[in-house]
Amino acid sequence: MKKKEIIVEKFLLVCTLITVFTSAAIIGILLYQTVYFFSEVSVWEFFTNTKWTPLYYVKNYGVLPLLAGTFLTTVISLLVSVPLGLTIAIYLSEYAPKRFREMVKPSLEILSAIPTIVYGFFALTFVTPLLQNIFPQMAGFNALSPGIVMGIMILPLVSSLSEDALHAVPRSLREASLAMGATRFQTSFRVVIPAAFSGIAVSVILAISRAVGETMIVAIAAGQQPQFTLNPFVPIKTATTYIVEVFSGDIEHDTVEYRTIFAVGMTLFVFTFILNNISYFLKKRFQTNL
Amino acid sequence: MSQKIEVKNANVYYGMEHALINVSMNIKANTVTALIGPSGCGKSTFLRLFNRMNDLIENCRVEGQILVDGQDIYNPKVNVNELRKSIGMVFQKPNPFPKSIYENVAYGLKVNGIKDKRLIEEKVEQSLKQAALWDEVKDKLKKSALALSGGQQQRLCIARALAVSPSVLLMDEPASALDPISTMKIEELIFNLKSSYTILIVTHNMQQATRTSDKTAFFYMGELVEYDDTRTLFTNPKFERTQNYITGRFG
Amino acid sequence: MITLKNRPSDKTRFYQWQDKVFKYFALCCTLIGLFVLALLLYNILSVGLHRLDWNFLNSTSSQRASNAGIKSAMVGTVYIALYTSLFALPIGISAAIYLEEYAGKNKFTNFLEVNIANLAGVPSVIYGLLGLEVFSRIMMLKNSILTGSLTLALLILPIIIVSTREALKSVPYSLREASYALGASKWQTIWHQVLPASSGGIFTGIILALSRAIGETAPLIVIGAVVFIKTVPNSIMDKFTVLPIQIFHWISQPQKAFAANAAAGIIVLLLITFLLNGIAVYLRYRWQKKIKW
Repeated sequence: MKKKEIIVEKFLLVCTLITVFTSAAIIGILLYQTVYFFSEVSVWEFFTNTKWTPLYYVKNYGVLPLLAGTFLTTVISLLVSVPLGLTIAIYLSEYAPKRFREMVKPSLEILSAIPTIVYGFFALTFVTPLLQNIFPQMAGFNALSPGIVMGIMILPLVSSLSEDALHAVPRSLREASLAMGATRFQTSFRVVIPAAFSGIAVSVILAISRAVGETMIVAIAAGQQPQFTLNPFVPIKTATTYIVEVFSGDIEHDTVEYRTIFAVGMTLFVFTFILNNISYFLKKRFQTNL
Repeated sequence: MSQKIEVKNANVYYGMEHALINVSMNIKANTVTALIGPSGCGKSTFLRLFNRMNDLIENCRVEGQILVDGQDIYNPKVNVNELRKSIGMVFQKPNPFPKSIYENVAYGLKVNGIKDKRLIEEKVEQSLKQAALWDEVKDKLKKSALALSGGQQQRLCIARALAVSPSVLLMDEPASALDPISTMKIEELIFNLKSSYTILIVTHNMQQATRTSDKTAFFYMGELVEYDDTRTLFTNPKFERTQNYITGRFG
Repeated sequence: MITLKNRPSDKTRFYQWQDKVFKYFALCCTLIGLFVLALLLYNILSVGLHRLDWNFLNSTSSQRASNAGIKSAMVGTVYIALYTSLFALPIGISAAIYLEEYAGKNKFTNFLEVNIANLAGVPSVIYGLLGLEVFSRIMMLKNSILTGSLTLALLILPIIIVSTREALKSVPYSLREASYALGASKWQTIWHQVLPASSGGIFTGIILALSRAIGETAPLIVIGAVVFIKTVPNSIMDKFTVLPIQIFHWISQPQKAFAANAAAGIIVLLLITFLLNGIAVYLRYRWQKKIKW
């Protein structure tokens, strides 16, 4: 009887440890290939060269164009999702009748259940032509359209998590403010939002992390040209797009070209790793503070 | 002396629930009125009539006439935000905003659009003095209000309410979450504030009602059972239900 | 003396106006979200609905848009979904039970939790690199269904662990106490009381995780899922394609006819996703109604 209990516990522990092995394996393979990569390409070139042409005859290994692409699409998506998502969160938490909130919140969450490939199609075939009517100089592939669509995809993440954070602010604080004659608007912006600040910050950081790692929308609609630019109207290439693009063609294993993928992957991983950790600790702090 | 507050046949409904039944009451200026009764008797609902906090609850309906200084506060022309500025409220649990002590007291002024820093500073000091908290916090006004003790927090909440210069102060069991010493301080404070404010206080504590109030109203099941001078009500109640409650036979 | 002027002060009127303007602005923002959702669905239906017929469902890849279909992709998706859950469920649920019921409050547990939170945020394309190196190359499973489902299983593992833990957490301690008081062991209590009581929540999480796995594209491209396949896979070691990859392939084609194919494929993919999410919402609703503690 006792023995069985111990075996069960050990089995459960082993299952839990698989998550640790997963992390170790991710870091291990990225590190392994990246170290090889940097034995052939200098770190200096990787981070300062503004050209990325590892698959061409004249090879350049500057990651900056890819990072610029990722930065551009991420910023555009945040410009859409953060103001819109926060406003929605405030409306649902502070203004909307309970019924409305209970209906709208799950409907918005449908947006996050839609596979990203669908958003890619939407960006390429609907949003880009629409935007070209407004900006005639815009190319068929560009950062603006996938950026906006990515913002829509992230919207429920921001609005739901922020709404949860606002909702967790005690009612008594709102009552104190309203009882002094403050309007709902004043109460929301002067009392509720500051009290829920770290919860809202978590939602924004997770949104950044999602946008940085998003692949299919940009791979479909942003183009395949690594350009060191912040122009939202021209084709660009993000870090994630590069990885997918290489595998869509044929590539020989264990060459410098092959290892570029892991160097780019490592850059992505480090970035999202930092963001995820910040959001995790902010979340812990928010939970203990309320 | 004229009546500060007149309540005529007030009824409050929460959906189908009849929470306050046909209550009429007159309250003189610069007095303390204690509202007592068992939980759910309607005394908090009654208190929240005067700053229309009941409006915030979905499907809540109010009938009857409530006059403050002879003006019907449920007249559709009355501006709720203006009304709440002239009627202060202190809540059951201390609920300071997670900001500095200074910011807490200045809040009411700032949401009223007052930007003059000198004026705000003066008002903050004056309110904290009125709430008998100034000496304890004058050196740490920029510190977080959450670092204060429970009793200090509650006095801060009183100072916060006083800063917008109301003439009526509503207190919803202001000492129920505090220790005896803090409670005593709050009670002293209530006594001192009486000269400038009309105070309504909901309390579960019978001794507190006798110590602090001039008049006492006993509520039961949404009805006002008895309303009289505090001394009369506690020594010589007219109704058996009042007698039973104040002697602790129920509730 | 309070003065309730019939005309409130200008400042009060400004603040109330500000409040009202923001309220309607915010309502518009909320409706924009829903409007875009409607627009997206309309766009896809208008492009793809006419292309959706029995031939489309029952044909494999083809160079000609009008002959191409999603049969092999559908079969691939079903295989992948099946094996992914087969790998991820037992491990994910076990890990959740360990963390919620057994693990003590110490640094190691804290490390496990941070690690899982991190894994949940790793971009899916990185999981592709992991699958490529570990399963496809080191374990020499090539670009098979097995490699694909193992990769996706690791991808959804953190999601399953987090949602299962939430479900376990909602079981009140009193239920456990009652079981212990009758002399049940820890594992008996978990197996006979805690797991059945939290099953609704666990299933909800599993279905949502599965729906995520079905929509994944990038990691499967990285591990080398093929885009053009004439045959239907019938073994776990076969090459495969899935719906999202088939759709991606069609989107990348310049001819307009392929866009209709892509949209039609998306309709099928969305139907599956919405169906799974609908089931999850229904399960959660029923589960929350049943338990009233």
